[in-house]
Amino acid sequence: MRIELRAAPFDPYTEIAAYERAALKHGQFGATACFVGTMREFNDGSPVSGMTLEHYPGMTEKHLQAICDQAGSRWVLQEGLVLHRVGQIALGEAIVVVAIWSVHRGDAQDACRFIIEDLKSKAPFWKQEQLQDGKRWVSNNTSGYEFREQKLRS
Amino acid sequence: MSIKVRFFARLREEAGIGEREIPFQPGMSLPEVWQRAGAKGELPEAVLIAVNMEYTRAAVTLKDGDEVAFFPSVTGG
Repeated sequence: MRIELRAAPFDPYTEIAAYERAALKHGQFGATACFVGTMREFNDGSPVSGMTLEHYPGMTEKHLQAICDQAGSRWVLQEGLVLHRVGQIALGEAIVVVAIWSVHRGDAQDACRFIIEDLKSKAPFWKQEQLQDGKRWVSNNTSGYEFREQKLRS
Repeated sequence: MSIKVRFFARLREEAGIGEREIPFQPGMSLPEVWQRAGAKGELPEAVLIAVNMEYTRAAVTLKDGDEVAFFPSVTGG
Protein backbone atom coordinates (compact mmCIF):
# COMPACT_ATOMS: atom_id res chain seq x y z
CA MET A 1 0.00 0.00 0.00
CA ARG A 2 1.19 3.50 -0.69
CA ILE A 3 0.21 6.40 1.57
CA GLU A 4 1.24 9.88 0.54
CA LEU A 5 0.51 13.50 1.41
CA ARG A 6 0.86 15.99 -1.44
CA ALA A 7 1.20 19.76 -1.35
CA ALA A 8 0.69 20.08 -5.14
CA PRO A 9 -2.47 19.35 -7.17
CA PHE A 10 -2.75 15.93 -8.84
CA ASP A 11 -5.03 14.21 -11.30
CA PRO A 12 -6.63 11.36 -9.33
CA TYR A 13 -7.31 9.12 -12.33
CA THR A 14 -3.76 9.44 -13.68
CA GLU A 15 -2.45 8.56 -10.22
CA ILE A 16 -4.72 5.51 -9.91
CA ALA A 17 -3.76 4.23 -13.37
CA ALA A 18 -0.03 4.86 -12.78
CA TYR A 19 -0.08 3.06 -9.44
CA GLU A 20 -1.96 0.12 -10.93
CA ARG A 21 0.65 -0.21 -13.71
CA ALA A 22 3.56 0.05 -11.25
CA ALA A 23 2.33 -2.09 -8.34
CA LEU A 24 0.02 -4.75 -9.81
CA LYS A 25 0.24 -7.48 -12.41
CA HIS A 26 -2.58 -8.14 -14.87
CA GLY A 27 -4.53 -11.18 -13.77
CA GLN A 28 -3.69 -10.66 -10.12
CA PHE A 29 -6.80 -8.67 -9.25
CA GLY A 30 -10.46 -8.76 -10.22
CA ALA A 31 -11.84 -5.66 -8.54
CA THR A 32 -10.82 -2.03 -8.10
CA ALA A 33 -12.76 0.30 -5.83
CA CYS A 34 -11.98 4.02 -5.84
CA PHE A 35 -13.10 7.03 -3.88
CA VAL A 36 -12.16 10.55 -5.00
CA GLY A 37 -13.02 13.51 -2.79
CA THR A 38 -13.12 16.84 -4.65
CA MET A 39 -13.16 20.47 -3.51
CA ARG A 40 -16.64 21.92 -4.18
CA GLU A 41 -17.86 25.49 -4.35
CA PHE A 42 -20.44 25.36 -1.53
CA ASN A 43 -20.68 24.03 2.02
CA ASP A 44 -23.24 24.52 4.80
CA GLY A 45 -25.20 27.00 2.69
CA SER A 46 -22.24 29.28 1.88
CA PRO A 47 -20.26 29.73 -1.33
CA VAL A 48 -16.67 28.62 -0.78
CA SER A 49 -13.83 29.93 -2.95
CA GLY A 50 -10.94 27.81 -1.68
CA MET A 51 -9.63 25.80 1.21
CA THR A 52 -6.51 25.22 3.28
CA LEU A 53 -5.82 21.78 4.69
CA GLU A 54 -3.71 21.72 7.84
CA HIS A 55 -2.31 18.46 9.19
CA TYR A 56 -0.11 17.11 11.97
CA PRO A 57 3.09 15.95 10.23
CA GLY A 58 4.07 12.54 11.50
CA MET A 59 0.81 11.73 13.28
CA THR A 60 -1.22 12.01 10.07
CA GLU A 61 0.96 9.51 8.20
CA LYS A 62 1.09 7.21 11.24
CA HIS A 63 -2.69 7.10 11.54
CA LEU A 64 -3.26 6.64 7.81
CA GLN A 65 -0.87 3.68 7.99
CA ALA A 66 -2.74 2.23 10.99
CA ILE A 67 -6.10 2.57 9.17
CA CYS A 68 -4.68 0.84 6.07
CA ASP A 69 -3.13 -1.92 8.23
CA GLN A 70 -6.52 -2.53 9.85
CA ALA A 71 -8.17 -2.73 6.42
CA GLY A 72 -5.47 -5.20 5.32
CA SER A 73 -6.10 -7.47 8.28
CA ARG A 74 -9.88 -7.32 7.90
CA TRP A 75 -10.23 -7.84 4.14
CA VAL A 76 -8.19 -9.68 1.50
CA LEU A 77 -6.50 -6.91 -0.47
CA GLN A 78 -3.95 -6.96 -3.28
CA GLU A 79 -2.91 -3.33 -3.17
CA GLY A 80 -4.01 0.11 -2.00
CA LEU A 81 -3.29 3.76 -2.68
CA VAL A 82 -4.17 6.64 -0.36
CA LEU A 83 -3.26 10.15 -1.57
CA HIS A 84 -4.28 13.21 0.41
CA ARG A 85 -3.70 16.88 -0.34
CA VAL A 86 -2.38 19.34 2.22
CA GLY A 87 -1.98 23.13 1.98
CA GLN A 88 -3.96 25.44 -0.32
CA ILE A 89 -6.62 23.72 -2.46
CA ALA A 90 -8.56 25.30 -5.34
CA LEU A 91 -12.13 24.55 -6.47
CA GLY A 92 -12.41 21.33 -8.41
CA GLU A 93 -9.10 19.90 -7.23
CA ALA A 94 -8.94 16.42 -5.76
CA ILE A 95 -8.57 16.40 -1.96
CA VAL A 96 -8.24 12.66 -1.44
CA VAL A 97 -7.98 9.43 -3.39
CA VAL A 98 -8.51 5.97 -1.92
CA ALA A 99 -8.06 3.12 -4.40
CA ILE A 100 -8.18 -0.54 -3.41
CA TRP A 101 -7.40 -3.55 -5.56
CA SER A 102 -8.65 -6.99 -4.55
CA VAL A 103 -9.66 -10.33 -6.01
CA HIS A 104 -13.36 -9.71 -5.42
CA ARG A 105 -15.55 -6.59 -5.32
CA GLY A 106 -16.82 -7.04 -1.77
CA ASP A 107 -13.39 -6.80 -0.17
CA ALA A 108 -12.37 -3.88 -2.41
CA GLN A 109 -15.55 -1.88 -1.81
CA ASP A 110 -15.75 -2.53 1.93
CA ALA A 111 -12.06 -1.74 2.51
CA CYS A 112 -12.32 1.46 0.43
CA ARG A 113 -15.33 2.59 2.45
CA PHE A 114 -13.63 1.67 5.74
CA ILE A 115 -10.48 3.63 4.88
CA ILE A 116 -12.27 6.83 3.81
CA GLU A 117 -14.69 6.74 6.77
CA ASP A 118 -11.94 6.19 9.33
CA LEU A 119 -9.64 8.70 7.63
CA LYS A 120 -12.40 11.32 7.97
CA SER A 121 -13.04 10.53 11.64
CA LYS A 122 -9.49 9.81 12.91
CA ALA A 123 -6.67 11.17 10.74
CA PRO A 124 -5.50 14.60 11.96
CA PHE A 125 -6.42 16.94 9.10
CA TRP A 126 -8.32 20.22 9.46
CA LYS A 127 -10.09 22.13 6.69
CA GLN A 128 -10.33 25.90 6.70
CA GLU A 129 -12.64 27.32 4.04
CA GLN A 130 -12.26 30.68 2.34
CA LEU A 131 -15.63 32.45 2.13
CA GLN A 132 -16.68 35.77 0.60
CA ASP A 133 -16.38 37.51 3.97
CA GLY A 134 -13.50 35.67 5.64
CA LYS A 135 -12.42 32.22 6.69
CA ARG A 136 -14.14 29.38 8.55
CA TRP A 137 -12.82 26.19 10.15
CA VAL A 138 -14.95 23.24 9.11
CA SER A 139 -16.47 21.68 12.20
CA ASN A 140 -18.49 18.81 10.73
CA ASN A 141 -17.36 15.56 12.18
CA THR A 142 -18.08 12.05 10.98
CA SER A 143 -18.19 9.06 13.25
CA GLY A 144 -16.18 6.46 11.36
CA TYR A 145 -16.88 3.12 9.71
CA GLU A 146 -18.01 1.12 12.76
CA PHE A 147 -20.55 3.74 13.84
CA ARG A 148 -22.05 3.75 10.35
CA GLU A 149 -22.19 -0.07 10.22
CA GLN A 150 -23.91 -0.23 13.60
CA LYS A 151 -26.46 2.37 12.50
CA LEU A 152 -27.24 0.41 9.34
CA ARG A 153 -27.75 -2.78 11.38
CA SER A 154 -30.04 -1.18 13.98
CA MET B 1 13.61 18.19 31.16
CA SER B 2 10.87 19.51 28.90
CA ILE B 3 7.64 18.71 27.09
CA LYS B 4 6.86 19.86 23.58
CA VAL B 5 3.30 21.22 23.30
CA ARG B 6 1.58 21.71 19.94
CA PHE B 7 -1.73 23.31 18.98
CA PHE B 8 -3.45 22.83 15.65
CA ALA B 9 -6.12 24.53 13.53
CA ARG B 10 -8.67 26.65 15.46
CA LEU B 11 -6.90 25.98 18.77
CA ARG B 12 -3.58 27.20 17.30
CA GLU B 13 -5.28 30.42 16.21
CA GLU B 14 -7.09 30.92 19.52
CA ALA B 15 -3.99 30.27 21.64
CA GLY B 16 -1.75 32.22 19.27
CA ILE B 17 0.77 29.39 19.66
CA GLY B 18 1.78 26.65 17.24
CA GLU B 19 4.46 24.94 19.24
CA ARG B 20 6.15 25.56 22.58
CA GLU B 21 8.49 23.78 25.01
CA ILE B 22 7.51 23.85 28.68
CA PRO B 23 9.48 22.53 31.69
CA PHE B 24 8.62 18.93 32.60
CA GLN B 25 7.46 18.26 36.13
CA PRO B 26 6.75 14.69 37.30
CA GLY B 27 3.03 14.08 37.78
CA MET B 28 1.90 17.00 35.64
CA SER B 29 -1.55 16.50 34.12
CA LEU B 30 -2.80 17.35 30.63
CA PRO B 31 -4.99 20.24 31.91
CA GLU B 32 -1.82 21.63 33.55
CA VAL B 33 0.11 21.26 30.30
CA TRP B 34 -2.71 23.12 28.51
CA GLN B 35 -2.49 26.05 30.94
CA ARG B 36 1.31 26.18 31.28
CA ALA B 37 1.66 26.23 27.50
CA GLY B 38 -0.35 29.45 27.49
CA ALA B 39 -3.78 28.34 26.25
CA LYS B 40 -6.70 30.33 27.61
CA GLY B 41 -9.07 28.99 30.27
CA GLU B 42 -9.64 25.40 31.32
CA LEU B 43 -8.95 22.51 28.94
CA PRO B 44 -12.31 22.04 27.13
CA GLU B 45 -13.76 18.52 27.14
CA ALA B 46 -14.24 18.49 23.36
CA VAL B 47 -10.55 19.07 22.64
CA LEU B 48 -8.73 16.04 21.23
CA ILE B 49 -5.37 15.19 22.77
CA ALA B 50 -2.45 13.18 21.42
CA VAL B 51 0.65 12.20 23.38
CA ASN B 52 3.56 11.19 21.17
CA MET B 53 1.16 11.16 18.19
CA GLU B 54 -1.33 8.70 19.76
CA TYR B 55 -4.82 9.73 20.87
CA THR B 56 -5.13 9.74 24.63
CA ARG B 57 -7.55 10.59 27.43
CA ALA B 58 -7.02 13.16 30.14
CA ALA B 59 -5.51 10.79 32.75
CA VAL B 60 -2.08 9.91 31.41
CA THR B 61 1.38 9.81 33.03
CA LEU B 62 3.66 12.12 31.10
CA LYS B 63 7.41 11.63 30.76
CA ASP B 64 10.28 13.99 30.09
CA GLY B 65 10.56 14.59 26.34
CA ASP B 66 6.92 13.75 25.53
CA GLU B 67 5.10 15.62 22.77
CA VAL B 68 1.55 16.70 23.66
CA ALA B 69 -0.81 17.98 20.98
CA PHE B 70 -4.20 19.66 21.42
CA PHE B 71 -6.57 19.94 18.48
CA PRO B 72 -10.27 20.16 17.48
CA SER B 73 -12.31 17.43 15.75
CA VAL B 74 -10.61 16.30 12.58
CA THR B 75 -12.11 17.19 9.20
CA GLY B 76 -10.01 15.57 6.47
CA GLY B 77 -11.10 13.58 3.45
